[in-house]
Amino acid sequence: MQDDLIQRVTSNPKYQELKSKRSRIGWWLTWSMMVVYYGFILLVAYDKEFLATKIGNGVTTYGMPLGIGVLVFTIIITIIYVRRANSEFDDLTQEVVKGALK
Amino acid sequence: MTRLSQHKSALALITLLALSAGAYAAGADLGQAVKQTTNWTAIGMFAFFVIVTLFITKWAASRTKNASDFYTAGGSLTGFQNGLAIAGDYMSAASFLGISGLVFASGFDGLIYSIGWLVGWPLITFLMAERLRNLGKFTFADVAGYRFDQTPIRVFAACGSLVVVAFYMTAQMVGAGQLIKLLFGLDYLYAEMLVGTIMMIYVLFGGMTATSWVQIIKACMLLGGATFMAFAVLLQFGFSPEAMFVKAIEVHSKKDAIMGPGALITNPISAISIGMALMFGTAGLPHILMRFFTVSSAKEARKSVGWATTWIGYFYILTFIIGFGAITNLIPNPMDYFVGGDISKGLTGGGNMAAVHLSRAVGGNMFMGFISAVAFATILAVVAGLTLSGASAVSHDLYASVWRKGRVDQADELRASRITVVILGIIAVFFGIAFEKENVAFMVMLAFVVAASANFPVLFMSVLWKDCTTKGAVTGGFVGLILAVVLTVGSNAVWVLALHNPKGSAWFPYDSAAIFSIPAAFLVIWLVSLMDHSARAAVDREGYPAQEVRSETGIGSASNSGR
Repeated sequence: MQDDLIQRVTSNPKYQELKSKRSRIGWWLTWSMMVVYYGFILLVAYDKEFLATKIGNGVTTYGMPLGIGVLVFTIIITIIYVRRANSEFDDLTQEVVKGALK
Repeated sequence: MTRLSQHKSALALITLLALSAGAYAAGADLGQAVKQTTNWTAIGMFAFFVIVTLFITKWAASRTKNASDFYTAGGSLTGFQNGLAIAGDYMSAASFLGISGLVFASGFDGLIYSIGWLVGWPLITFLMAERLRNLGKFTFADVAGYRFDQTPIRVFAACGSLVVVAFYMTAQMVGAGQLIKLLFGLDYLYAEMLVGTIMMIYVLFGGMTATSWVQIIKACMLLGGATFMAFAVLLQFGFSPEAMFVKAIEVHSKKDAIMGPGALITNPISAISIGMALMFGTAGLPHILMRFFTVSSAKEARKSVGWATTWIGYFYILTFIIGFGAITNLIPNPMDYFVGGDISKGLTGGGNMAAVHLSRAVGGNMFMGFISAVAFATILAVVAGLTLSGASAVSHDLYASVWRKGRVDQADELRASRITVVILGIIAVFFGIAFEKENVAFMVMLAFVVAASANFPVLFMSVLWKDCTTKGAVTGGFVGLILAVVLTVGSNAVWVLALHNPKGSAWFPYDSAAIFSIPAAFLVIWLVSLMDHSARAAVDREGYPAQEVRSETGIGSASNSGR
């Protein structure tokens, strides 16, 4: 790739905006996934009683909605990222590309 | 249930639990199976699946003209199609039968297990998918080695890919042999020959196009079948999970204990280590990474992984319901589903048959035939994907880039790839036969540990860290690879269970090496890169801005004509 093209892209404030925005949301969501998953594993390792405690008068335990919740959370944050990226980040990318290639 | 039979079923389930707790450490495994009576319905349905997919292969072959068609289906898949294909690659027979069997045996523990298999996907979405598409062409080495000295990085990437493929594939081939005895009532050898031959036809003639469509069809069949089963189970309880749990607790010998964590997680370090292997390993599996090159743009890559995560997560929720459905449907009718009608002797065919028996309970013999055929087809599709990624590592990375230094025409590279497919197919059949009587439970887990400790750190650092150098990446990658294999050999699953050393003599105390080997790889990449002042290091660092622009925007990326 030619140096002046790279120069033009990197000096475009839109490119810096795209990079920092995407990286911020990417890392934020990555860390939240890690906290949720490893938090859940540590809960299983250290507080089995809590997860086996029944909710109210039923037989369903706190562990059940929490466990299914981790699965659903995983799907939802993935969809959140994809949606945001499909609109906002792609628009920004288009602008950067247009600016660089004209 | 009488007190006596309760006592017996308690015994049976303790045995099952002991087996399944081992399975967590070792990766879902199908174990040794006893040959069942010949199931012609299942065989017929499987034959139908094979005929349909062979016609698709014929169509795909007519569209497979150059290297890009062969490796990546010419980048022609949509995000939705590729998402299904990724899900098809990932939802193995072991996860369908193994997880539902674990839920059947111990309830909540099965749920904990399935979560580990899903949590790597968001990471791929947030950090890898778009960058992979923007930088890559045919293999993940294209991405990891974008700005590096080609020879060393490609040798490393090919080693990482081939080790993962070898272990993952052997586990699949042995699983196929066990499954054919259980599901079709045929001999072990038939499975090896069938899978070996049909898979070779798919890959040789249809390349990535045929492989992708086999995955897509299989994913739809598996998701459709599992949805029907879960729906039928929930219908029995008026769509009330509470009612389903009440009935399960009533009939299950472990009673309330199925509703909370059991014996699956005892050592927190082992648990976190296994979690890390699954989470980061998913982002380092060569046959998964390769799937991101089959779409036309970063946007489609992102959509693919969004769909894949949705389908895989949905599938794990279904297997959980199916496991509980097996408890409530099978245990009250021991005559139909347990050895000699005796719960204490376990399910006919073993604990992994819970989902298959449930399919008969809710859908009759025809439906059971369908589910059996799908479970077997699953292995076929996964093996095809693995073979293609192994072949591309050999032909694109080793042959074309390292051996011929990139001076090779497409026809030549394609020929090398097809020869490799045949060799890999023969090796797969050979390993499948050689390991028939061995304990291969550790192999899938080892594949994940290697992917997490070698492929993932190199890919991650080369794409995201500007000061990473060839020397750093290659050294760190090999350290991760070797540490992952050596420590796994010292763990209980290999040292004692597979190599038959005395009980308790395992010298690595945890169930997974990942918690040590992943940080070690990152640390070595970082340290060696920092201390690297060679001329090549300067070139590597200077290449970063150009790589970053392409990885962030897609400017200049392969077959990205829309931009």
